Amino acid sequence: MLLDIKDLRVKAENKEILKGLSLSVNAGEVHAIMGPNGSGKSTLARALAGHPGYEVTGGSITYDGKDLLELQPEERACEGLFMAFQYPVEITGVNNAYFLKAALNAVRKHRGEEELDAVEFMQLARSKAKLLEMDQTMLSRSVNEGFSGGEKKRNEIFQMAVLEPRLAILDETDSGLDIDALKIVSNGVNALRSPDRAIIVVTHYQRLLNYIVPDFVHVLTDGRIVRSGGKELALELEETGYVRVEPETTGARR
Amino acid sequence: MTAVAERLESLVEAFDAFRREKAFGTDRTRQQREAAFARFLARGFPSTRDEEWRFTNVAPVAAMRFVRPSAPALDRATVDALVHGATARIVIVNGRLSPQQSTLDALPAGVTVSASANITDGPAVSGGAFVDLNDAFFEDLVIIRVAEKTVVSQPLFLLAIGSGDAQPVMVAPRVAVIVGDGAEVSIVESYATVGPAAVLTSAVTSFQLGAGAIVDHVKVQTESDAAFHLATSHVRLQRASTFTSRALTFGGRISRNDITSVLDGDGAECTLNGLYIATGDTLVDTHTTIDHAKPHCPSHEVYKGILAGKSRAVFNGKIIVRQDAQKTDAKQTNKALLLTDDAQINTKPQLEIFADDVKCTHGAAIGQLDEDAMFYLRARGISVESARNMMIHAFAGDVLNGIRVDAVREAAVTLMEQKLRLSHEV
Repeated sequence: MLLDIKDLRVKAENKEILKGLSLSVNAGEVHAIMGPNGSGKSTLARALAGHPGYEVTGGSITYDGKDLLELQPEERACEGLFMAFQYPVEITGVNNAYFLKAALNAVRKHRGEEELDAVEFMQLARSKAKLLEMDQTMLSRSVNEGFSGGEKKRNEIFQMAVLEPRLAILDETDSGLDIDALKIVSNGVNALRSPDRAIIVVTHYQRLLNYIVPDFVHVLTDGRIVRSGGKELALELEETGYVRVEPETTGARR
Repeated sequence: MTAVAERLESLVEAFDAFRREKAFGTDRTRQQREAAFARFLARGFPSTRDEEWRFTNVAPVAAMRFVRPSAPALDRATVDALVHGATARIVIVNGRLSPQQSTLDALPAGVTVSASANITDGPAVSGGAFVDLNDAFFEDLVIIRVAEKTVVSQPLFLLAIGSGDAQPVMVAPRVAVIVGDGAEVSIVESYATVGPAAVLTSAVTSFQLGAGAIVDHVKVQTESDAAFHLATSHVRLQRASTFTSRALTFGGRISRNDITSVLDGDGAECTLNGLYIATGDTLVDTHTTIDHAKPHCPSHEVYKGILAGKSRAVFNGKIIVRQDAQKTDAKQTNKALLLTDDAQINTKPQLEIFADDVKCTHGAAIGQLDEDAMFYLRARGISVESARNMMIHAFAGDVLNGIRVDAVREAAVTLMEQKLRLSHEV
């Protein structure tokens, strides 16, 4: 098992958001986590990445046999965990290519691989940029600065393609994308599907799952996974909405 | 008055000693010095009750007993390093033009340098106590002239060294740069200290730009952490001339820069950018005044500060738009990065607008490294140290990347890395 989350409890701004979430993910699998706004989807993604604003108050996360909660965000990344941000951060003055080369070399160094020089890195980056039909000039701009919503999301998946993680968590990667951009981003993600890589797709809408077809779908409501199933569950949710699947309905949260 | 007199006693002694020297000058110069020193004694050092000095206490300067320095022996390698091996160099040592260290015979065509003991050979520079001190104690007024329509391709390095052995020394470099109509030149103005003594530098520099002249200027202050740097710079721009300046303050226990730029001709353009880095117990104070006296002049100002330790900074950015100065377009930005909880900055924009058809914008931002950006970088595998390193380089790059003289820009990056103990970015 690549990822094993048991009874996870997470607080943000002193409010408990995840209230005992359990989830197991094997290499090669694609899991979709769906749920209404405020159910804790993004909290799960950020807690996995090690965001300092999210405090784990209970439960455990085992990743590749290691206690993930013991690792700093950069150590998690070096161990092959990747989160595509819902809101990628603009960093003025830090060159996109420079940043990604530093990230890739940090990961490679951790793996005991040789670091890439500038020429080798640019060859790799150009080939991956093609995959996402990205304009080459995005590489020479500041990280996400002045990028459109679609460009930012594309840049996230581009980074994923370069870093080749073992576990990727895509936090609402579909939000803010038009249909063309959605297809390009999905193609990029699908190209990265592989037997030794797992992907967790966090989304509010079923639409993305037409393009990135999951092996498993989980419904997250009020901090817990309340239902799990195959890809057909997503279609069912599309028709019935989230309210029906809540175990104890306390009123629509949408 | 007695207390003030006591505090000024060492300067009175130094001035007395100066009176007996040949360098004190002839009749007119003597009178000018006496008048200036009398002005200084009447006012004394500024106090924090003075609005312009509210956050900068110069008591540590007043408390020291400064002497006039002797001429030190400087080896060539020291100077070479400070000017990055440049061929066109004008070197002032303890306030005197040094023909040995300079390359006065090898200056580019159209550039002439002379030294005068008569202060009125340069433009009048008004200012406070430290200008009075310079008026009283300067030795050479170094005049750099660039003939009209001359395009000087290599940068001129103007270096002022303050040096003493044991006792604190006071030096008063004074420079006038006069750039003719349509001339173009790049000037690197550096200040450094050599030797163990604490140095008080009261510098006065003026730039006069003829019509259509273009000046690219960098000021680099890398004096020791025991030094006091109190500098006044005046810039006057004629019609359609352009002055672009980057001021780097990396040294000094107390550094104060008073910079006044007067846009005195239609269509003149002025850029005053700066980067200061303060660590330990040091203080950096920048007071700028951009005076829009004529119409159709754009001005740009970006000042950035990086503060560590218990350092303090003051930034006061005044923009005056005179009644005649219609279509003025003035932009001012001031940002400070506080790397420690004990670092502190007082910042104030000051806009005085008397014309009605103008654009003036200003903004100030003070903060720590952006946490969201730090997490983003770390979430990609980059260590906290590298992420911090990248963010600081990016912050400073805004100003440093604008420096056109490669050797100066690269040295500035290296110096920043040393001061803040950052690793080198390629």
